[in-house]
Amino acid sequence: MAIRVQFENNNEIGVFSKLTNAYCLVGIGGSENFYSVFEAEMNDVIPVVHCSLAGCRIVGRMCVGNKNGLLVPNSTTDTELQHLRNSLPDSVKVQRVEERLSALGNVITCNDYVALVHPDLDRETEEILADNLNVEVFRQTVASNVLVGSYCAFSNQGGLVHPHTSTQDMDELASLLQVPLVAGTINRGSEVIGAGMVVNDWSVFCGMDTTSTEISVIESIFKLNEAQPAAITTTMRASLIDSMA
Amino acid sequence: MEYINSDTENSIGNILCCQCGVSIKPNPSNMCVGCVRTQVDITESIPKQGTLYFCSGCERYLQPPGEWVKCSLESRELLALCLRKMKGLTRVKLVDAGFVWTEPHSKRIKVKLTVHAEVFGGTMLEQVFIVEFTVNHQMCDDCHRTEAKDYWRAVVQLRQKAENKKTFYYLEQLILKYRAHDQTLGIKPIHEGLDFFYANISQARKFVDFLTTMLPCKYQQSKKLLSHDIHSNIHTYKFTFSVEIVPVSKDSVICLPKKLTQQLGGISPLCLVNRVTSAIHLIDPSSAQIAEVSSNVYWRDPFTSICNPKQLVEYVVMDIEPIKSSERLIFPGQGSVSQKHVLADVWLVRESDLGMTENTIHSRTHLGHILKPGDSALGYSLSDSNINDENFEKLDQDKVPDVILVKKHYGDKSARRRARLWKLKHLDLNEVDSQNNDYNDFLDDLEEDPTYRQNVNIFKDPKKTASGIPVDSNNVEDPSAPQITLEEMLDDLHIDDVDMAEADNAE
Repeated sequence: MAIRVQFENNNEIGVFSKLTNAYCLVGIGGSENFYSVFEAEMNDVIPVVHCSLAGCRIVGRMCVGNKNGLLVPNSTTDTELQHLRNSLPDSVKVQRVEERLSALGNVITCNDYVALVHPDLDRETEEILADNLNVEVFRQTVASNVLVGSYCAFSNQGGLVHPHTSTQDMDELASLLQVPLVAGTINRGSEVIGAGMVVNDWSVFCGMDTTSTEISVIESIFKLNEAQPAAITTTMRASLIDSMA
Repeated sequence: MEYINSDTENSIGNILCCQCGVSIKPNPSNMCVGCVRTQVDITESIPKQGTLYFCSGCERYLQPPGEWVKCSLESRELLALCLRKMKGLTRVKLVDAGFVWTEPHSKRIKVKLTVHAEVFGGTMLEQVFIVEFTVNHQMCDDCHRTEAKDYWRAVVQLRQKAENKKTFYYLEQLILKYRAHDQTLGIKPIHEGLDFFYANISQARKFVDFLTTMLPCKYQQSKKLLSHDIHSNIHTYKFTFSVEIVPVSKDSVICLPKKLTQQLGGISPLCLVNRVTSAIHLIDPSSAQIAEVSSNVYWRDPFTSICNPKQLVEYVVMDIEPIKSSERLIFPGQGSVSQKHVLADVWLVRESDLGMTENTIHSRTHLGHILKPGDSALGYSLSDSNINDENFEKLDQDKVPDVILVKKHYGDKSARRRARLWKLKHLDLNEVDSQNNDYNDFLDDLEEDPTYRQNVNIFKDPKKTASGIPVDSNNVEDPSAPQITLEEMLDDLHIDDVDMAEADNAE
């Protein structure tokens, strides 16, 4: 179920939050509305953490992470880093990286297994990324945009990419990520997918402007529909037919 | 290793329209055309209704701020006028415009427009829409002034202070021939002349120029302040041109001042006005010497007529003897002598005294080429006239001839009038006395003098020509009477449909 949410009348919620399968980071806003939407949805399954990075509330664009770890930019203060380490589960490795492209959320996007990065990203960062987040790293662009974090969003189930992505690019990305991809929009035609939504394996949050058409695309590609076909008709079907034959 | 260049343009996949979910190619708004249309109206800034102002008097449309233009329905001009009326067309690109047909009396004009505009930073949108104009009535300034009977701004007062009005009849024909009255708002007959009214001063001035080129005359201009606005420095005037035509006409006898006789090549002071065109053409009956007095010369030393055609007396020629050129008095510095006329000694008897007296009156005449014994001629009897003229009194009375012959008399006037196969057009003056004796004299003059009728349009008289030429010609007493040939006559324009012609024939 995709949930529409706004951060202080702003629909670009991917800027102010970071959602993974193990934790959720939320920027510090004037009111608790934004936070409470996440809190209500996550419902004690994963921790929802108020935080800032380098004094900024645009946490979604500053950091990158998955269930295994979290990378924060070099400008993050010690206090903030300590707060994150205290709040996140012990299994999550929090690591500062010295990277020129400090808005890590814009230049890197990942799920729990694969990461796409900006073609100009530092070798060192790439290594830290692979080590801490346990992901395979690919230098890629999305529809000729180098800011892969801004123009696509994907989970372990599926992914949404920039509407101008060609079918060849999409095929290539899908084979790298090993998840189905679709080109689409968010927030009533906006192309900045990564900024407009956050996603993990069982939930999606998107801007308040997102239309029902866009929601339905999101729900189907991220497999959020509650009426899922039973596993027996999908994943187990081939092997069952094989064994019965 | 080969690089495979794939055509990325074609390979871009479809996305779903973010509004309605239709599969479309991605565009800057990421919406299908239909949804974009529902979201934005590019014609929002253009009013869908308007008003045109139309003057039913002169059938013109108001083109703001103050111009009135003539344009027919569904014309280019009207379309341009409508488009100019529309505000906000600058924000879109106009691709096509045309009219949607409406009933002419519906007072509605519908204009169909096709516009292009860019929305959401790159998507071009085309939209077709109709703007309806209501045609409202508004009287234009010109018609308003006409309605208020305050329409003329300039008047030309044409006057001739003379008894002999032949020049006026001649002028009427000139005006008709050259269509000088086209821009006239009205013509009003006044004692001793005519008033011509004009809507503006330039038209009046044009007419005055026409008069000064056609006739010897002088004019004065004056203006009267009607209203003025000191804030905008606008003054409204009525202009008056007072044009005075020289007070002499054809067939008058004049007496020249001595100074002028010397200027004109020693012509004798007593002269006959032969013709009045742009100059006064004088002929001396005693020597057939001719002279032209231009307008300038005339007004420097003006003279008036001493005898007018009303005083003409009929004489019978008893004997005539042409004077040979060798016998003529020739002196150095003499002006030109007419070759068309033949100088002759003539012995006359008054027609009323014919048979009662043996005393013939001797005179010299320039009409030797047309007179023969037994003919009757018209002339002035100077000896019997009471002449009040400054110049005439200074003359040596012994040298004044008793009689000055003016023209040959061709019998009964009414017979000539009946035999006349032609007619002239008239200005619409509601003048009752246009068929009086003066006018007939003018027609006679036209018949007698081909040069005089050069500037006159002569039309066939259908009533006369229909009845047949030969019958009438038998009735003419004098076969030598001059006539205008058919070649010189014009066919008048008749617009009759067949039914009308049949009705005429039935009558």
